[in-house]
Parts: sequence; C-alpha cells; structure tokens
Amino acid sequence: MEGNTVKRLSRLRRHRAAGPMLLVFALLTIGTTFQVAGAVTTSPSTVADRSAAIAEGKQLFLKGCSSCHGLNAEGGAIAPSLIGVGAASVDFQVGTGRMPMADMSQQAMRKDPVYTPAEVNALANYVASLAPGPEVPSEESLNYERDGSVAEGGELFRTNCAMCHNFAAQGGALTQGKYAPTLMGVEPKHIYEALITGPQSMPVFSDKTLTPEEKLSIIKWIKAAEAEPQLGGVALGRVGPVTEGLLVWTLGIGLLIGVAVWLAMKAR
Amino acid sequence: MTARERIAGNVAGYVDDRTGAAKWMKKNLTKVFPDHWSFLLGEICLYSFIILLASGTFLTFWFDPSMKEVIYDGEYAPLKGLEMSAAYASTLDISFEVRGGLLMRQIHHWAALIFMVGIVVHLLRVYFTGAFRKPREFNWIIGVGLLTLGIVEGFLGYSLPDDLLSGTGIRIAEAIIQALPVVGSYLAFFAFGGAFPGEAFIPRIYTVHILLLPGIFLALITVHLMLVWYQKHTQFPGPGRTEKNVVGYPLMPVYMAKAGGFFFIVFGVTAFLGAVASINPIWLYGPYTPGQISAGSQPDWYMGWLDGLVRMSPPIETHAFGHTISWNILIPGLILPGIMFTLLALYPFIESWATGDKREHHLLDRPRNAPNRTALGAMALTFTLVSLLNGGNDIIATTFHLTINQMMWFSRIGVLVLPPIAFIITKRLCLALQRADRDLVLHGRETGRLVRLPHGEFVEVHEPISAEKAWTLTSHEQIAPLELPEFDGAGVRRAGGIKNKIRNRISRATAVAVPKATESERKELEGHH
Repeated sequence: MEGNTVKRLSRLRRHRAAGPMLLVFALLTIGTTFQVAGAVTTSPSTVADRSAAIAEGKQLFLKGCSSCHGLNAEGGAIAPSLIGVGAASVDFQVGTGRMPMADMSQQAMRKDPVYTPAEVNALANYVASLAPGPEVPSEESLNYERDGSVAEGGELFRTNCAMCHNFAAQGGALTQGKYAPTLMGVEPKHIYEALITGPQSMPVFSDKTLTPEEKLSIIKWIKAAEAEPQLGGVALGRVGPVTEGLLVWTLGIGLLIGVAVWLAMKAR
Repeated sequence: MTARERIAGNVAGYVDDRTGAAKWMKKNLTKVFPDHWSFLLGEICLYSFIILLASGTFLTFWFDPSMKEVIYDGEYAPLKGLEMSAAYASTLDISFEVRGGLLMRQIHHWAALIFMVGIVVHLLRVYFTGAFRKPREFNWIIGVGLLTLGIVEGFLGYSLPDDLLSGTGIRIAEAIIQALPVVGSYLAFFAFGGAFPGEAFIPRIYTVHILLLPGIFLALITVHLMLVWYQKHTQFPGPGRTEKNVVGYPLMPVYMAKAGGFFFIVFGVTAFLGAVASINPIWLYGPYTPGQISAGSQPDWYMGWLDGLVRMSPPIETHAFGHTISWNILIPGLILPGIMFTLLALYPFIESWATGDKREHHLLDRPRNAPNRTALGAMALTFTLVSLLNGGNDIIATTFHLTINQMMWFSRIGVLVLPPIAFIITKRLCLALQRADRDLVLHGRETGRLVRLPHGEFVEVHEPISAEKAWTLTSHEQIAPLELPEFDGAGVRRAGGIKNKIRNRISRATAVAVPKATESERKELEGHH
C-alpha cells in the first residue's frame, strides 16, 4: 500500500509539468518569505523605534549621501545643507528616486528609487532629527477623495502650477535645461511633499498660500486629469498645437498628396 | 430617340431657351486642363474651405459669442461650478452635449489646419515652377492675400472659444498692437472696446470670423478661379506643348470625376482626423482668466513661425520722451512679417525686373532650370522653418532633452546663417542637376551593363534616351543676362547708372546656368560612339 503511494509519487516526480510547477512553488515561497520578512512598519511608533531608525538612517546617510552633502549633512560645494529640510523633503527626493542623483546634470531626474521604503524612512528620520522641518504627511491627512474638490483644484492648478507644469500637468521646459516634470503617475504623498518643500526650481506653497484642503483639491484634480479618457480621439500628448501641427504636416498632407499623385496617374 | 432622351432634350431645351446656357456650357465643359498631381494642391484649399463653411455653419447653431458670465453646470465634471464666459460654456456644450458636436468642432479645426497647409504647398508649387509669371501676377497677389487672410481667420477661430489658450493668444495679439508706436495703445483700446480683455472682443471677432472674412474669402477665391479659367492653366513642358496651347483632358467628364472624387477624399481625410485625433481640447485648457497661463502655450502651426520670431528676439527697448518702443515685439511681430509678405506679393515684379523678361509664360519651369529662384525659395523656406521650430522651442527642448537656451541661440544664429547656406547649396544642386540633364541628353542613360572590349577595356553601355525625353530636357530657354550699358553712344554716363549696375549684377546671378545640350553637340557625339 505504502509502496504504491511512493511509486505513484515518484512517477509524478517525472511528470512533464513537475519542473515548472516546482519552480513556481519555489518562487512563491521565496517571494512570500521576503514579503513577510521585509515588511517593516514604516512609521516607528515608539521612541525606541524612532531612535533605531535614526541610527540606521545615519549609517545609510554616511554611506550614500555624505560624499556630497557632508558628514553632518551640513552641505558642500556641490550640494545644499540638509539641516532643517525636514522628513518630507527626504521622502520626496529619495522616495521618487531623484536622490541620489545619477549625474551632475541641471536637475535631478525622477527614476526608480535606490532605497527601499524602510530605508527612505530611516533617512528621513535621521535628517528630521537634525533640525525641525516639514514632516511626511500622514495617510489620514492625504484623503483627497474625501477632502478635495476637482473643479476648485483645476482652478488652483491653472493659477499656481500650469505656467510650468502645462495645462494638463504634462510638464514643461524651464530655462537652462531645467524643467517642470510631468505629474502623471506621481503618488499623492509626493505631490503634497513637493508642494510643502519646493524641490529644485519649484517654489514652496506654504499652508498660508495654499491651505491643506486646497492642496488636496489640486491632487484630486491631477488624479482626475490622469484618469481622464482620451476624449475626441488620440490625445497627441496633451501639449497643445505643436503635435497637432506635426500631424497635419505628416499624416494629413501626406495622405492628400498621396491621393493626388494616384489621381493624376489614374487612367482617364 | 427613346422616351428618356426626348424628355432630357425637352428639359435642356426649356432651360436653354430661357438662359442661353447651351453655347456657354458646350464651350466650357470641354475646356482642357493639363494633368499633373501638383495641380491638385490648390483644390485641397478649395475643398477644405467648403468643409469649413459647412462645419462652421453647424457650430454657429450652438455657439454663443458672448462674454456674459455664467456658472458651468454641464457634463464635464472637472469644470462644474466654475465661472466662465458664455462663449466658453457653449463651446463645452458643443463638445459634450450637442450630438456630433465634438466631431464637428474637430473637423472644423482640422480642416482649418489642412486649408493652411494646402495654401502653403500650393504656393510652393506655383513659386518653384514659375507659374506666377506674366500674365498671372494678379492671381499670385490674390493668393498671397488669401494666405494672409487665412492666418488671420485661423487665429480668430482659435481665439473664439475663450479658453485659456485662446485668451493667451489674444493677449499676445494685444501686445503686438500696443507695440505700434504712438497709435498702439489707442488701437488696442478701439479693438477691445476698453481695457483687456473686456466684453467686446469675442462678439466682434465672431462677426469678423463668420461673416466678414468668409465673405472676402468667397469673393477672392471666385476671382482666383475665374482668372485661372480665363488665363488657362499652365502646363509642364513636353513634346507638343507650347506657349500657345494647353495639352490635357477635358473638364467633362475627366476632371469632373477627378475633382469631384478628390473633394470626397479631402472630406474623408478631414473627417478621419476629426474622428480619431483630438484637436484643441478646450476643456483641458480651462476658462480664460488673465491671471493664468500654461507652459507650452503655442499658436496653431501657421502662426508658429511668427511666435518663434517673437520668442527668439533679444530684449531691445528704447525709452524716449516718456514713451517705450518695444523693438523686441515690434520687429518680429510686425516689421519682419510686413517685409516678408510684401516681398512675397511683389516677387513676380521683382523677378521680371531682374531678368528683363516681360513676355507671357504658360509653360512651367522645372525648378532646376531657374536656379536663382529655386535657391531664393529654399532660403525663405529655411528662414520660416527655423522660426517655426523656435515657435515650439519648449516642447522640442523637453522632448529631446535640450535646453530652451540652446534652442533660442540655435534659432538666433540659424535664422541668419542657415538661409544663405540653403541658398548656396540649392543653387549648386540645381546646377548639378542641369549638368546631369545635359549628360543624359548627350550620353544617354546608364544601363549598368558592363562590356569588355576585345582589347580588354571595360565600358558601361549607355542607352540613348527617347526623342520625347530629350526634347523635354532641352526645350527650356536660357536667358542671357542683361547688359545695360553704363555709357550711352556718345560716351556720356547714363542716368541711373548705379541702378543699372545692380540690375546687371542680379541679372547675371539669375542667368547662371549649365549650357543645355544643343542639337549639334548631340549629333557630333553620336558620330563618336
């Protein structure tokens, strides 16, 4: 009886699907293990957690950031001081992959983040421990669906943001190779942090300039713009008449001249 | 005679008895037109104009050209509850609530862009083939007028919906009006009925956009076509084609079918674009408020080169007697375009002055056989193209990871340096092509067949070209340069000596050519082979 089971199992072992199945199983196991083991509470609640995070953040800072920003975040010839920039600034710059910079170009580019969320949190805690500054907004304070208004957000966006980020938040050019990036696909948290910290060429929008509710309205409008279907056909990048002109000078007149040539060749 | 023929005959007879149309129709329906694809380019303009009239009429049923403040309460949620002008709100309604409204708006706008593209390519064809020469100078001027009015008409249409982009455009137009010394601010006040933006402008430009300018267009287009009819169409040179005949096919039925079919194809392409590609999405721009602006605010392409000129102009201003003259707006916005359009309109007269050629021309030039004209055209095109590129400098900069400053300096230098280079290169190319024509006539076509001769030499076999082709390549005339003498017979310096000297020089430059192959040269070479 038992021998039969073993035999059956060993037959299964040689089954064609056994290899791929095993691989899937192994990947699942490893993935789950990492997911569970890697899940760190992102906001240290206790004082002990916080000081641990600060200590870890300091280590990370010394390794990855201090060569430009100085051993005590005091800044240097090529990088500003980080004392007093606050956790929000670090969370934005490192969380969107802008820091560490890929190269010394005009502007730090958004890219895949180098650090894990836990490491970003540790770095933020360390920089925030140097001097007080804007804090990372809590999950609760970012409920833009509840607290924001799309129409008001659009009006505020066009008044405060569109002159650099374009009417549909697609981004635009600034002087000397600097640019306002597209806001498509940016996390609400990062938009909020950019507003309160004013990264790179962007001005700071304090709570006196734009109240937290107004900021949430702007975020809600950006998210609505992101989700907007392509009304009226292909959106052509939502950058205005330049792409429209390009299309009419290529496809439009191209088709018409093609037909004209064909008509002239056509038998009478 | 069948019953049907009898009825048709009776109807035709009835109409002819009362209008006398038969004689006129018989003459004109058999009128002959030459066949070439480039002769259809002007038709693109005519047909898109008809599409513009039709789709524009549809839009007027719902558009409300008023600056009355309304609170938007329509379908488009992101603008709900905002204050805006009735003009903008009704454009939103056309886009979202009127059945087929968005499609019609998009067809109207695409047709406008195609109309302007059509005018430009048609103008290029007429220019580069020399079709503007006597007796067609007036028609050329009408064409330049249509181009200019088209730019204005298009701009007014772009301004009507009162969205953020159109308001920005009007603001720049106002700035250009104000840049006029002395009268500028008064003119701006007259145009806007007070301070910018005011309540008067949208209703005013609406009247101009849908009544005044279309009326002028209709009149000018009619005269343009009547002149083509009366003066007959030009034709490319070829065997049997002279300055005194037109070789082609009759209007009825060949061109009726071709032109009629082409209308539907132009309509089809426009409708296709209107159906699949978004154009001027005014709901994204938001309502116009003078305090707002968007990055990458651009005009439509036909104004893009003007915008590009303004964008590249250095900040020069003069302050005198308590007045400011903004050269940075005045030069690129008014003076340069004024000079360019004037030169364009007067070009037929300038060329005939330079060459001394006052004869009628119904046979077209191949562009290579008029190197100076072709090179001048390339020069003007290059200037406009650099300006146009700079009009989109911000979009180009972000797309290709350039800086806006690089774009600006490229344009500032390029707009001065590249046109002369284009002139030289084009002229050289034309002469090289003339030389190639000459070789073709004298030595025939290279067959690519290599033959080894008994003594070991390899030669490529050349095949003589047909007599028709040889005729086409050699039928053009090569005008000798003017030789206006500096002194008269008695050795006295003639009046206007400097003018004549200049004219001689221009004429010499115009007459530069590779001597075309002559019959005797051809005969002589045939003896050799």
